[in-house]
This record gives sequence, structure tokens and C-alpha cells, in this order.
Amino acid sequence: MSKYFSPEVETASREELDKLQTERLIEQVKHVYDNVPLYRERMDKLKVKPEDIKSLDDLKKLPFTSKQDLRDTYPYGMFAVPMSEVTRIQASSGTTGKQIVVGYTDDDLDVWDTCCARQLVAAGATKEDKVHVSYGYGLFTGGLGLHGGSHKLGCTTIPVSSGNTARQLTIMKDFGSDVLGCTPSYAMYLGESAAKAGIDTSKLPLRIGIFGAEPWTEEMRRNIEKSLNIKAYDIYGLTEICGPGVAYECAEQKGMHVNEDHFIIEIIDPETGEPKPDGEKGEIVFSCLTKKAFPLLRFRTKDIGIITHEKCACGRTFVRMSKPLGRVDDMLIVRGVNLFPSQIEAVLLGMNHSPNYQIIVDRSGSLDSIEVDIEMNEEHFSDKTSDITKMEKDLENEFKSALGITPKVKLVSPDTIPRSEGKAVRVVDKRKVYEDK
Amino acid sequence: MIKQISIFASNEPGQIIKVTDALSSQGIDIRAMCVADTQDFGIIRLIVSDTIKAKEALSSHKCVVSTTDVLGIKIPDKTGATKKPLELLANNGINIDYMYAFITVSKEFAYLVLRVQDTENAEKILAQAGIELLTQEEVENL
Repeated sequence: MSKYFSPEVETASREELDKLQTERLIEQVKHVYDNVPLYRERMDKLKVKPEDIKSLDDLKKLPFTSKQDLRDTYPYGMFAVPMSEVTRIQASSGTTGKQIVVGYTDDDLDVWDTCCARQLVAAGATKEDKVHVSYGYGLFTGGLGLHGGSHKLGCTTIPVSSGNTARQLTIMKDFGSDVLGCTPSYAMYLGESAAKAGIDTSKLPLRIGIFGAEPWTEEMRRNIEKSLNIKAYDIYGLTEICGPGVAYECAEQKGMHVNEDHFIIEIIDPETGEPKPDGEKGEIVFSCLTKKAFPLLRFRTKDIGIITHEKCACGRTFVRMSKPLGRVDDMLIVRGVNLFPSQIEAVLLGMNHSPNYQIIVDRSGSLDSIEVDIEMNEEHFSDKTSDITKMEKDLENEFKSALGITPKVKLVSPDTIPRSEGKAVRVVDKRKVYEDK
Repeated sequence: MIKQISIFASNEPGQIIKVTDALSSQGIDIRAMCVADTQDFGIIRLIVSDTIKAKEALSSHKCVVSTTDVLGIKIPDKTGATKKPLELLANNGINIDYMYAFITVSKEFAYLVLRVQDTENAEKILAQAGIELLTQEEVENL
């Protein structure tokens, strides 16, 4: 069985990749200029014509696309082919506002499936495997994306979709799932639930987890690998670009390989928009090279990351991106201290607390207040109020030493933190310090 | 020594009814109840007719539950009857974390429920002084 799904491109030389990307970029820019009014207007304003784009270096002449642009053109304003050629619609969960509607042609779907098949192979899956898809099916790209990849690779696809944990565990056990795909927080929950149900996960055939759709920490990875007795792989994708399948980890797990024959990744300074070199932190920006129905140029993800072109021991030549290190719009500045929710999460996991938490930031006068609500679990519960009050104080102290800021900690009943599409709503910033753009 | 069930509750409307509904659906009787509150959360403490069944029912309703051994003391339902056991505990340096009381229809006895650090030691001291202690079996059949 091959280590790669598409060996010829996944291991192509940089020169070959540059040549392929250049050809595709030139063609794509013509396509969007001719078919998407927003891009034509923006490029005209910048006095950039499609024929000015001759090399990858010219990419920086092109305008950026923001999430707000997609909201403004809702639902079909960014589509670049007639609707008769659009064979699929997907949409984002809308956790952060209006839904983002995206479309695919038949060819786009084929590319998407290929990208998702590559990530399965990179994680060690083969066509002999049974792939248990617990990402939600529907408008959310997770379920159908991984489903398509699994189908493309020739695996036995088990389209379970999300929810009903007891049923998930029964299927996993009885059907003999080898590969699990879901959100990392749900994987954690499955692990906990398996332990509660007395299921010995070391006796299950399950050996690979493909987790994405939300940021997660290395601590979560270790936690999931232990509780489900698997190797956990990170994947990266976003609805606007195609869904899962944009980038994926290989066995080395030192960053995620970007499917460069279909997407160009850039790291930019979020303030100035200037491109940043390898190794420097900045906002991740993607351009679609082959997608015809919904082809975004220089889409600003608001995810912060780092890329490297260094050779990977797995043999893939595709550039690697780091796990998102935060969100441009999720980075909280509270009383002058920069704060990422992932830092809060690391403290909670370090102290064995529930990863179901919510950060509430507010401001009265000029004074910021920050509260972290955490769902109580059996392990930490005591019948004495003084014990729980002490636990809240201990957490506050731990946050203080880890973050340099002391939030108010409040323990709440299980299942009281709001969830959207299975994702806990992590941050409620009542101050509205960021513009919704 | 008797078993107490404790349930964590956010400080918001509807939390107690969630608990009582879970219990009544399983035909479990509440013998005594006490709600401790802080600004942010509460702890509902219960003595029930069937502790094991109650814990199961509450867990399946997604409540965070724990079972604790507490001291059950039976005293005559008369003015001043609480003095003797409390004095004994105080004189022996035993601190009470929390306490609540209940009576039954008979009106002959009153019952004190006490949470102390060392329940066994406290029981020994009270028993030696002739104080009647409640057993789990008695509580279930009250």
C-alpha cells in the first residue's frame, strides 16, 4: 500500500509545484475576473488586470477576501459558474454570524474527495479500513467531506454522523471501526463515555483518529490517544476553501501538509497585509487554484499560524502549516494582556477539569472583567461549599500564573454552556472590541 | 452513619425541580433536604429512601452527584434536646461542617443530620454517652 494517495504531486519538486501553481493561478485569476463582479471591481480599483499575474510572486498584487465580503454577497454573489453547473451546496455553521454559503461543481467535488483521501492515507489508512464518520452530515462540510475522501480511497465508509454517543460506541465496537473522524472535543467525550460504559478501548480495532474543525491542544491529543487507544491526527480545513482536506498531518506530525496543487497558502501580517517569510507567525491566507464554483482569492482565515518549506521526513514536498496558534479575532486583550482561549483550555486540562468552558469578557467603565465558566464534573464535586469555593480560588491562582491575569472562575452545572454544531461557544466578548470585519 | 446524596446546582431557577423530578420519576422518597447556597452555585443535600437508585436516576439526568457518609442522630422531639449531642461534640473538639434537622409524623423523635470530619470517631463519642444514632436501614424505612 502506498504511503501517498497522489504520489506524483505529493512528492513533486518545488520547481514542478511552482510551475503547476503558476499555470493554475493565471487561469484562475482570469476565471474570477470574468465571473465574479466583486473581484473584477476590486482588481479594477487596484488597476490589476488578469494578464498582470504572471508568477506566484504576483499573487500579492491581488486583493484580499474577508469573511465580511462573503456575508455581503450572501448567498450566491461569489459563485463563478452558472447554477446549472453547481452540483452541491454546503454552508458554514454560522457560529459567528450569518451563514457562509459555498458551492461545488462536479469537478470541484472530485478534487475535494481527492484532498480528503490524501489525508486519510497520510494518517495510515488504507482501502481495507472501515471509516467511522462522526462529523455531522448536512450543510456542515465535515461529514460529507470525510465521507467523500473515504469513498474515494475505497474504504468501507460508515456514515454515522454526529450525536447519540451510546450508539456511536456500539457501532464502533460491533461494526469494528478502524478510523474515526470527528471534532477533537467530541473524540474526548467519546473517550470519557467509553470509559464510563466500561468499554476497553484497547480491545477495539480502532487505531486512527482524524480530528479537525476546531482548534485543539497537544494535551487534548494525548488525552484522546490514551482514552481511545489510537493515534490522533490533526487536519485543517474551512468551509470557505473547501471544508476538510486543505491540510493534513502525516506520520511525522510536525505540521500539516497543504494540498498545494489546489491551494496556495500565505502568511501575512494581519495589520499591514504584507506577506511574512517561513517561520514567522501571522494570519493564514488561502487562494483556491482549481475550484471553479466558489473560487476565493487570498481569503483571510483570521487563523494565526506559521509555515515551513523544510523537507519533511515523510517524503511529501507540500509546505507544512502549524496548528492554528490562535485566531486574529479570538485573541482577547484583557486589561492589556493578550489571551487565547487555548491557554485557558491548557490550564483546565492540566488540572483535569472539563474542557467545556466559556470565557466571558465584559467591561464596566474602563475596567475589563473576565470570567471563566467551567462545567462541574463528578471528579471535582464535593458536598461542602468550602471545598468548591477553594477549587475556584485554586483555578484562579493557576490562571494567574499561566496567563498573567486573574479571571473570576465560576463552576456551573453540566450541559449549561451553550453549544453550536457540537462546538462549545468559547468566548463571549460583551465589550465588542473587534469590528465584525 | 447514614448516606447523604449531594447534587451540584448552578445558581439559577429550575435547578431543584430537575432533581425532585428525577427522584419522583423513580418513586424515591425524600426524607430530608437542605440547600446550601453561595453567590454562584448551590449544593442540594438529600436523605432519601433509596440512595443507590437515587444516584442512578440523578446521574442519568446529567446531574453531578456524590454520596457522603453523614451522622444521623435521633433525639426526643422536645425543647432543648439538641443541646446534649452538640455539647458532646463541642467538648471533644469536633467541628460541624454543616447540619440540618427533620421530624417525621410521629412527633416522638427529631433527627439531626451532621457532617463532621471524622464520622466514626464522632459516632463513638455519642454512642458512649447514650445518644441514639440513626442507621441507613432505619432512614430508608422511616
